[in-house]
Amino acid sequence: MPGLTVEQIHQRLVEKFGDAVGPLSPPKKDPFCVFAVPRVRAICQFLKDDPALYFDFLEDLTATDHPKENLIRVVYHFYSYRHRHLFIAKVELNRTDPQVDSLEPLWKAANWMEREVFDLFGVVFRDHSDLRRILMPDDWVGNPLRKDYTEAGGYQGISNVRDNPLDLYLNMDRQVRAEQVAAQPPATATAAAPPTGAPKAEG
Amino acid sequence: MALDQLLVTKFGADAEHEMILNMGPQHPSTHGVINFIVQADGEVMKRAVPQVGYLHRAIEKIGEIVTYPGFMPYTDRIDYLAAMFANEGYALAVEKLLALQIPPRAQYLRAISCELNRIASHLVSLGTMAMDIGAVTPFPYALRERESINDLLEALCGARLTYNYHRIGGVAFDMPEDWALLCRKWLDHFEKILDEWDRLISFNEIFVERLAGMATIPAQMAINYGLVGPNLRASGVDFDLRRDVPYGAYPDFKFKIPLGKAYAGTHRGGAVGDCYDRFYCRVLECRESLLIVRQALDKFPSGEFMAKVPRKIKPEAGEAQSRIEAARGEMAYYVVSDGGERAYRVRARTGSFLAMGIIEEVSRGLMIADLVALIASLDVVAPEIDR
Repeated sequence: MPGLTVEQIHQRLVEKFGDAVGPLSPPKKDPFCVFAVPRVRAICQFLKDDPALYFDFLEDLTATDHPKENLIRVVYHFYSYRHRHLFIAKVELNRTDPQVDSLEPLWKAANWMEREVFDLFGVVFRDHSDLRRILMPDDWVGNPLRKDYTEAGGYQGISNVRDNPLDLYLNMDRQVRAEQVAAQPPATATAAAPPTGAPKAEG
Repeated sequence: MALDQLLVTKFGADAEHEMILNMGPQHPSTHGVINFIVQADGEVMKRAVPQVGYLHRAIEKIGEIVTYPGFMPYTDRIDYLAAMFANEGYALAVEKLLALQIPPRAQYLRAISCELNRIASHLVSLGTMAMDIGAVTPFPYALRERESINDLLEALCGARLTYNYHRIGGVAFDMPEDWALLCRKWLDHFEKILDEWDRLISFNEIFVERLAGMATIPAQMAINYGLVGPNLRASGVDFDLRRDVPYGAYPDFKFKIPLGKAYAGTHRGGAVGDCYDRFYCRVLECRESLLIVRQALDKFPSGEFMAKVPRKIKPEAGEAQSRIEAARGEMAYYVVSDGGERAYRVRARTGSFLAMGIIEEVSRGLMIADLVALIASLDVVAPEIDR
């Protein structure tokens, strides 16, 4: 069965849901449309159940962070194995309190992907059965993929700052030189230093 | 929260009469650092809850920090057993953003390197799966063949594991002289090895009996949980991105797509989508990959192996997704550009991540010893889960 084009799918959604489905983005690479946040579950239910659309596969669920617009956009990629067509949709959430309905009741695949977005972006998915951090430790502070995320300066006493190994060698050099200088009387030290001294670190 | 308490508080496990066991993170058969919390009543599991993230290296964050070409070596680390695919997926996504056409020779080199890598990855998967359930002998045989592939790929791109071979706009190096001959020689050799492999382990009665009908995943469930690649096809879903959403040089090749058909035999209790189907589909895929490489060498075009790429890669603002059929199924890169030198967002959707998501459901009612076979049959690789 031949699949529908993105325009046809979009047309069908607009007929059914009207304003809740935003206009299709100008076809810059992959076109997408924006769903109204309160209707997400209903629209997705339709996407899944309608025989002409039949998106049985939630191919990807991720998010992008836009601090300037104060938005987090959750991005859904739907795919239909039966019709072999793809559709991309987004929802725009308030960055300070991002909340959206979970799609877990429709696609089980959403379970882990929503947990990942919750973990890395801090988006809360309502009705999710098991909304816990997934990649970061449970007691981690902050949502790392947000653009304004700053590292807390370590985790449970483990510093996230490492000395530059080059500094280590430079320090060893300096130490050896200082010991040599200390071991020898000042008069001979100046004469003997160039041949026996530790190799001078460069750059 | 302590992890074992999680089961009690979250899932209402009966801590007095049930066992709550930790499997991993340092367990030989979890294929990397993964932890399972097993709630078991005697030998029978009620639930195995995977805990992942031990290998999280923030690769998606790194993608926002480094330049577009600079991210390529990092993609290798997403899946170290099949690094070519991670390279290719990222390159395709950025090429889509740049609207870049890549020369046919580069496409063929990509297909050849990827298919060889697919065989190598499947060999590790098959070997470790046999080893995990107690058949230690086949593993070195699989690794022996993988060594030859590593040699071939080393001659092609200088690296044996993290290749960094595909570049935005083509591939890093042309095929060396006489390489095609070496490759053909190895393919002829490997064809015989596959028969030997079948005699050694695939058709071994004990092995087949052990896996027949175990942890069956029906097609509907596999789709719903987002399984991809060999795991999905073993459940009988006829879908392969190389054929159905073709990319690169794949429209030029003829190949079959192996599907799960209860290969273990219904008289042994085999069903479509059981562990043995997942195992045997991979064996059959090795055969198909071998044929693809042969066809690619036959039709190998001349010309450039790298397109004309601007010195500074700055795609115009927009977003693109590339989908490729990696060794562990569909790998999709979603790259958002804001017109700068660095990507605004890089997302890698990997097969293993969602394959882990199904374990909690499938493990219900399995024996503890079968969990190892289930994990191995899904061919999950820890770095690909955690990224």
